[in-house]
Formats: sequence, C-alpha cells, structure tokens
Amino acid sequence: MAYTVTTQTPASRIATILGAILVVVLIVLPFFAGRGTIQDMFFILTMLVLAQFWNLLAGYGGLVSIGQQAFVGMGAYALFGAVILLGLDPVPSILLAGVAALVIAVPTAFFAFRLNGAYFAIGTWVIAEVVRLLVAQWKTLGGGTGTSLPRDATRDMWFVEGIEEMLGVRSAAARDILAYWLALALALATIGGIYWLLRTRRGLALAAVRDNTEAAKSVGVDAARMKWTVFLTSAFGTGLAGGLIYMQKARISPDAAFSVTDWTAYVIFIVVIGGIGTIEGPIIGVLVFFALQALLADFGSWYLMTLGVLAIVIMLIAPRGLWGLLSERTGLHLFPIRRRLSGGQLTTSEE
Amino acid sequence: MTMLALKNVSKSFGALTVTDDASFEVPEGQALGIIGPNGAGKSTLFNLITGNLRPDEGSIHFQERDVTKVSAMERCLTGIGRSFQIPQPFEKLTVYENLLVAATHGRNLSERDVRDDCAEVLERTELIKRANTPAGQLSLLERKRLELSRAMATQPKLLLLDEIAGGLTEGECQALIRTIKDIHAQGVTIIWIEHVLHALTSVVERLLVLDFGKVIGLGDPDEIMASKEVQEIYLGIEV
Repeated sequence: MAYTVTTQTPASRIATILGAILVVVLIVLPFFAGRGTIQDMFFILTMLVLAQFWNLLAGYGGLVSIGQQAFVGMGAYALFGAVILLGLDPVPSILLAGVAALVIAVPTAFFAFRLNGAYFAIGTWVIAEVVRLLVAQWKTLGGGTGTSLPRDATRDMWFVEGIEEMLGVRSAAARDILAYWLALALALATIGGIYWLLRTRRGLALAAVRDNTEAAKSVGVDAARMKWTVFLTSAFGTGLAGGLIYMQKARISPDAAFSVTDWTAYVIFIVVIGGIGTIEGPIIGVLVFFALQALLADFGSWYLMTLGVLAIVIMLIAPRGLWGLLSERTGLHLFPIRRRLSGGQLTTSEE
Repeated sequence: MTMLALKNVSKSFGALTVTDDASFEVPEGQALGIIGPNGAGKSTLFNLITGNLRPDEGSIHFQERDVTKVSAMERCLTGIGRSFQIPQPFEKLTVYENLLVAATHGRNLSERDVRDDCAEVLERTELIKRANTPAGQLSLLERKRLELSRAMATQPKLLLLDEIAGGLTEGECQALIRTIKDIHAQGVTIIWIEHVLHALTSVVERLLVLDFGKVIGLGDPDEIMASKEVQEIYLGIEV
C-alpha cells in the first residue's frame, strides 16, 4: 500500500470552522460594538501582529531580537513623513511604512548577523537606539518632541466617509473602525502567511536550522538565506503594524514610537507566556496580556511588577507557555504543521 | 571516473596542523575505510570534504570538478552526503520530517515528489515504524540510523560515514553493516571512518591510515592491517 502524508487532525478541522465563524463575527463587530470595544480590539490585533512576527523571528528562526521597536518606529515615522511631507493619504502610506522598515532592516541584518545569541539581541537593541536618535534629529517631523497628523489628512482619509454613512457614526469613530478593519486584515494575513510558510519546505528548513544549523547546511539547506528571509519578512510586517498603530494614534514622538517597553518587552511577554514557537501561543498571550492590563491598569507600578512575576512563574512551571501546557496535556493543535506519514508498513502497527 | 580527489590538502588550527599535505583519490563505486588514533584528524578530513571547513592549502575535486571554494550546502546538492560522528538530528522534527528536510532541500524537489523515496529509505534503514516519532526521543541506535537515513535521503553519489558503528551492541552493529552493504551494492561510493575495525573491514575494499594529519598508509585492508608501521602507530604495539 502506498504512503500518504496528513497534517490535518479532527481537532484542527473543527478549529477551522470555528475560526471562520470568529472571523465573520470580527468583521461585522463594528456594526454592534461600541467605540471603546473597537479601540480595545485594535490594540489586541496590532499587538498580536507584533507578537506573531517576533515569534517568527525568535520562535522559528532562533533570532532573539530586542530591537523590534526600530521597525515599529521607522514604519510610523515613514507614514507621518509620507502624509506630512509628500501629502499622501495615510491608508496607502501604511505600505510605505512596511517598505521603510525593510530598508533599515537590510543594514541592520548586515551588522546583527555577524553576532550570535545574546550578542545578536543586544546588537539589535543598540541599532534601534541609534535609529531613534537619528529620527529625533528630523526637525520637519517635530524632532525630539514629535508631531501630529494634519487634521485635513485624517478627516479626508480613504474610506472614512463611506464608513460614516454606512454605520451612521462620527468621523473620529469611523477612523477607529477603519483602523480596526485594517488591523484585522493585517492580523489575518499575518497568521495565514506564517501558517502557509510553516507548511512549505521552507518551514521545515526553518525548524532544521533552529535545531541544528551545521546539520541543516549538510543536507542542502541554505541557512543564511532562511535567516535573511525571516528577518526581512518580520521587519516588513512589524513596520506595517507600526504605521497602522500610529495612523490610529495620529500623534507621534521618537520616545513613544521607539519604545523598547511597548514594542518589544510587552511583545516578548505575550509570546513567552502564550507559548513560543507556536501560532496559537501569541493569540493566547495577547488575550492574557490585555486582561491583565484591563484589570491592573489602575495600580500603576504594581501592574508592571505583576507582569514580571507572572512571566517568571510561567517560565518556571510551563517553559513552553500556556498553550504549550494545554497542547501537551490534550494533544490539541489548532494550526497543525506536523507531517504524519501513514499507509505502507505503518498500516498494521500505527503508533 | 574519480569520485573524489584530494590534492595536497592542509588545515591548521593555530599551531596545530590537523591535516598535513593529504592526497588521495577514491574511484567511483569504491568503499574506502579511514582509520587512525584519536586526534589523527579524521573528522576534520570529513569536514574539509563536505565543506564545513575550508582547507588552508590544496584542492578538493568532486567528480573531477574543483569544489574547494564551494559551500557545504552546494556540495550536498552536487551529491556529497554525510553522517555526523555525534548524531545531529533535528530534535523537534519527526524522523520522517528529518528526511523530508534533507530530500526536499538536498535534491531541490517538492514534498510530494520525495514522499515515497523518504518512506523507502526508512524501510531500508529499519526506521519506518518510528517515522512519526520526534527525533529527540530516539535511542542511540535509532539516532545512528537516522544519521544514515538523512544522508541517504539526499541521494548522495558519495556517502561519508563518521563512526556510525561506535557504541552499538554486536547485534545492532551487524544489522547496520547489512544496511551499509546494501547501500554500497547500489553503487554509492562510501568513505567510512570507524574504530570498530571488524565492521569496517567487512565492507571496505581499501583502507587509509591517518596519523597526525598525515596519510601514512593506503591500500588493501589486510596488507594495511598487517603492516608493521600501522601496528606500531595505530595499535600502539611495539613490533
């Protein structure tokens, strides 16, 4: 009997159906949810995108970067530059945000790839700081104090008028809804794209390089190219998210846009407590992170201390994160990538 | 045709010369054994052949083409496969996925195209029942078999085996010898480093002796093992 390979599991088929229903609910959410909910969801979705891309880098590519704020900030500033200096509409400028992040990712990779492990991590942080200091010199975009998007640009933004009419909301609420839909599209494209990548032979190569680079090279894997691909993809996506986040905020400063706490430390927290090296992990992580923030927002520094303690506890009792714990106990995979061989000599005594 | 030729290859790490002016040829279809005391530079020689290391001097020719400056990845694509002395599995991937990586990248084919070939390699190396087990959970013998299987999945013309029989029981060793003989019978050229001499001599047609990075003997296994020089240096016996 011939051999066959399957990746789907019964659980993943159910998850696909539930996921499709969830996507539909999220798309129509602005029709019945209030503005506060839409803003919360925007925050959750954009953090999820940042977390998925950091996870792609660190969890799959083995590249632990603590300089992701370079790409968020660069993307955000590219968007502001395109709108303020070139007079472009903010919505298409989001694409430029991604491209700008890509442009600084090339020299960043060129330097950082000479470093390994902890040195790579510190290297990326240093480069992000350099970019922040350079951007703070950019006087036409407000220098160190920052600037706002011009009122005309935000009012006349693509699709805003249509949303106002369709949902009968004011301009400010319509802008939030637009940002939310864009964030939803970006999050779905990110998850879909990463899942697709992991199911191709490049995904296998990525896992091989992470497990053992020398052995991977010896079986014909182009390890250097894999690292570049992952780093540049992650920079582009992070830049898009940065542009989108600051389009919604409409106000920027170098300290906020290049914040290591907001755009890297929180993102690492989300991935680590959720489960590194899985697509499900960042989804769980971002929900936990949001819940903690909502519960503890009024307690000031206690909030950060709680995050820190929780991260340490989870790393000690569940090194593979909350999703790792759950999937170990139940064998559940919502995004299965394991190729299971069956048929042939495996038919009689399946494990 | 000459499968592999080394011409005056030298490699040093600092003051330590690990490969000293090594020259030899391996004709297509031959099985060559390499012996030598610990630290003689056997694994370094392999790393030079596979491209994991670059020689300081000399040149390496594969199928009469100079590959001295070709990367490890490209050498794999042209037909050099290897197993590592200490098994280096992709631990989080399953046995089957380990082979998939090798077959899809080493032969530049899609997963669908190599599926049956990978399954067939696993049948031949008696690992098929473990196909869906993560490589990190394998026993020593199974890891050695995985090293061999993964190298075979790239369909090499030249297969380099680095102490693949070490640490196995006699029964396990015999089973492995059968598999290697089977591979050799299909026309794959083999170079095999091994301390388990009876395993080696039951397969190879020629033996090369390495000591302090120098090739000190090359020829018929029986003659080599009987030579005074080899017994003194390799076996530490005063003759």
